[in-house]
Amino acid sequence: MGVEPGRVHFSWVSSAESTKFVDVVKQVTEAVRAQGPNQNFVKKELKVA
Amino acid sequence: MLAYTEKIRDIAGRLLKDCRVDLVVGFRRGSMPMMNEPCFVTRADEVDQLVWDGNCGINLANYLTKRTEKIAVVAKGCDSRNIVTHIIENQIKREQLVIIGVPCTGMLDKRRIKQTAPGEVTAVVEEGDQVTVSGEGFSETHARADLLQANCAVCRHRNPVVYDELVGEAVPEQTGVDRYADVRAIEEMALEERWQHFEELLAPCLRCYACRNACPLCYCPTCFVDESMPQWVGKSQNPVDVRTFHFLRAYHCAGRCTDCGACERACPVGINMRVFTKKLERDAYEQWGWEAGLSPDQRPPLDTYRPDDPEGFIK
Repeated sequence: MGVEPGRVHFSWVSSAESTKFVDVVKQVTEAVRAQGPNQNFVKKELKVA
Repeated sequence: MLAYTEKIRDIAGRLLKDCRVDLVVGFRRGSMPMMNEPCFVTRADEVDQLVWDGNCGINLANYLTKRTEKIAVVAKGCDSRNIVTHIIENQIKREQLVIIGVPCTGMLDKRRIKQTAPGEVTAVVEEGDQVTVSGEGFSETHARADLLQANCAVCRHRNPVVYDELVGEAVPEQTGVDRYADVRAIEEMALEERWQHFEELLAPCLRCYACRNACPLCYCPTCFVDESMPQWVGKSQNPVDVRTFHFLRAYHCAGRCTDCGACERACPVGINMRVFTKKLERDAYEQWGWEAGLSPDQRPPLDTYRPDDPEGFIK
């Protein structure tokens, strides 16, 4: 719908894979931070005269 | 196609007289041209109101969910596929239904007819491959193929997939149609452009939910947009809320939509929200070879697991 591919991530992490979970979270956070804030889903205030 | 009317009345009358059904769901003429409306016939002497022509685009499968009586339903290709989907999803039992199958040559696009006519349309008469649109001071004849609804023009299942009685000879299926040209065009857009495209597409939306109400798949007792505890999506006409509604609704129809076009037909402002459901329909077709509602014996791809399911998107 016009959302950058790097903003959405899918991964299988078992409850036994704590280190994988940490790695995934780090990767996702870095990738999303690199994209910068997403303004598209921010509700803009109505302009009042 | 018009000869179907007599046949539908015959069959409906016979079924009601023999008490094989309590109710026949079909179409009757509406109060405006091109606006046939669904009708419920319960007595054999009332079957004369039933009609069939190119304005029966509403999906009658929508009127079957959770009913308990024995029902005969008039079904064109897409309706029959939605009936199959209902059977798979336990919304109605096959034994309750007598399906009066109608081989369909496509429904007329009322919006396009109104736009191309020079004045108010008061009559639309179909004869074979020709459609005559007339009103005060004009009468124009067009080829039927030029006035079809966009979804009918690319339809691959015109004949009912399940039926108990067929009102006419099966029609030839369209081959070589390019079903997904519109989806591809959107996929090829750059990110920004695509976002903008949907902004403009959805800008006129009133959140009237006519698309949802006309959709046979949308039978949830409480829709996620009406829920207030928790409130999943804002109820305003803010573009973010409007977009959330349309995309989420489309996802709820993933692997179930038959592209019957009821949503687009019902929209009072003419939004083509079919592009959303169609993208998902295409994904289901390309990833699992799935077309919804072709057989009651096949489970849909989203509730089955196969070891070779595509998983390239999972890291």
